[in-house]
Amino acid sequence: MEAFLHQVLSGLATGGIYASLALALVMIYQSTSHINFAQGEMAMFSTYLAWSLVNAGVPYWWAFLLTISISFAAGVVIERVIIRPVEHAPVLSIVTVFIALLVIFNSVAGWIFTYTIKTFPSPFPEQPLFGNRFISSHELGAIGITLAVLVMLYLFFRFTPLGLAMRAAAQNPESSRLVGVRVGWMLALGWGLAAAVGSVAGMLVAPIVYLDPNMMSGVLLYAFAAALVGGIDNPFGAVLGGFVVGVLENLMGAYVIGTELKLTVALLLIIGVLLVKPTGLFGKVFVTRV
Amino acid sequence: MALLEVSGLHAGYSAADVLRGVAFAVEQDGITAVLGANGAGKTTLLRAVSGMVRRQGSVRFEGRPIENLATEEVARLGIAHVPDGRGTFFNFTTEENLRIGAYTRKDRQAVARDFERVYNYFPRLKERRHQQAGTLSGGEQQMLAIARALMLSPRLLLLDEPSFGLGPLVVQDIFGIMRSINAEEGVSVLLVEQNAALALDLADHAYLLETGEVVMSGSADTIRSNETVRRAYLGY
Repeated sequence: MEAFLHQVLSGLATGGIYASLALALVMIYQSTSHINFAQGEMAMFSTYLAWSLVNAGVPYWWAFLLTISISFAAGVVIERVIIRPVEHAPVLSIVTVFIALLVIFNSVAGWIFTYTIKTFPSPFPEQPLFGNRFISSHELGAIGITLAVLVMLYLFFRFTPLGLAMRAAAQNPESSRLVGVRVGWMLALGWGLAAAVGSVAGMLVAPIVYLDPNMMSGVLLYAFAAALVGGIDNPFGAVLGGFVVGVLENLMGAYVIGTELKLTVALLLIIGVLLVKPTGLFGKVFVTRV
Repeated sequence: MALLEVSGLHAGYSAADVLRGVAFAVEQDGITAVLGANGAGKTTLLRAVSGMVRRQGSVRFEGRPIENLATEEVARLGIAHVPDGRGTFFNFTTEENLRIGAYTRKDRQAVARDFERVYNYFPRLKERRHQQAGTLSGGEQQMLAIARALMLSPRLLLLDEPSFGLGPLVVQDIFGIMRSINAEEGVSVLLVEQNAALALDLADHAYLLETGEVVMSGSADTIRSNETVRRAYLGY
């Protein structure tokens, strides 16, 4: 029973990380109907940035905040400079750009930081908090930070005029322009936010999976599965999907198929959802009359 | 000087022009109607003013050329466009639809006052302010579209077929409200309508658009008493 509880709790911790990255995917999907395949690699690059800052002697939390800010700015710049010119291009061209970004970030990270696996510090103590036996301090901290990020995003999108404008631009760009919303900038801000949220996911997952240029490839797959399970156009669904996938991954790994085949769970989930319920648990079904 | 002055306007979607050298004006505090059959270019004309289609020619608002401005910048000058199809934000509540209408405005108190005013004009919207806008009826969505445009605190309101798809009573209601808004708020109106009788009742000036060209213009009374218009558009 204790082992089971431990598996569930640590599943929630990684699940929160998947949820953040899934949310980043959904944010861009909602406004453009594209999946940013480079989201994971962008997060990986951000994590290397944090690693460099920490190594240069910057205190952890300052490096954490600095990385989030720089990632946000970089996300905005990437949208303006690289994505904007292909905005109206055919889907296949856009997918190609995303994959190009993925490969570029991956190789540049390998070139600058080498492919040697590095340890990444956790800001939380090594001893479990409150003397509990079920969950490590880092896992508990990761859950806390994830929830804080989710709450802040919710408050931003729900209650601020800018959040409302970003939702409006994603939902109905033409009507948004007619009330004076600068839709192009809203897309860029969406990219910035997605990159910032992704960087948090990267910094939280790195102490668990260790830092190397390929560390996010598995995480991105889980995040994609999470987004699909919840409904690719529904932020709440994506978050819930993240936690579900995290727990499922751990339980399957511990009791059913073993750790070696854990990634298969994500792939099976993706195929299963697409076959049985392509809209996910909370996705919208679009019906068109002809 | 007219509030909106348009001349030599060509506009269209791909290669072909839908509008071919159109000229018209909207006077300060006036209501101008553009009449025409299906496909005459009425919607394109409004879209050209708002910068939503490819366009060429001169469009001046308060004397300032706006023919090269992007749609969002035109809106920010105080031109509110109630588009064809009503442009509802379906996933927003009624209230959020109105809040986004006031997005560009900084003065929170004035916006709060406008919420009250708009709810005064359209009590139905107040009743449904927490309802998802996609579930509103056609008439309510038309009211919402006009209300959202008013939240911009516009100098000029562009109305695209506000009577489309609505029952006669609702249409009467909406046109009555348009009249009070024009009289009480000093909002000038450019209205395009297929229903010529309705539009001529409301407007002081009217233009007749046929296949992308203005074929007749004058005061609403002159147009109404014209023999051809009477036969072709008013049907008596």
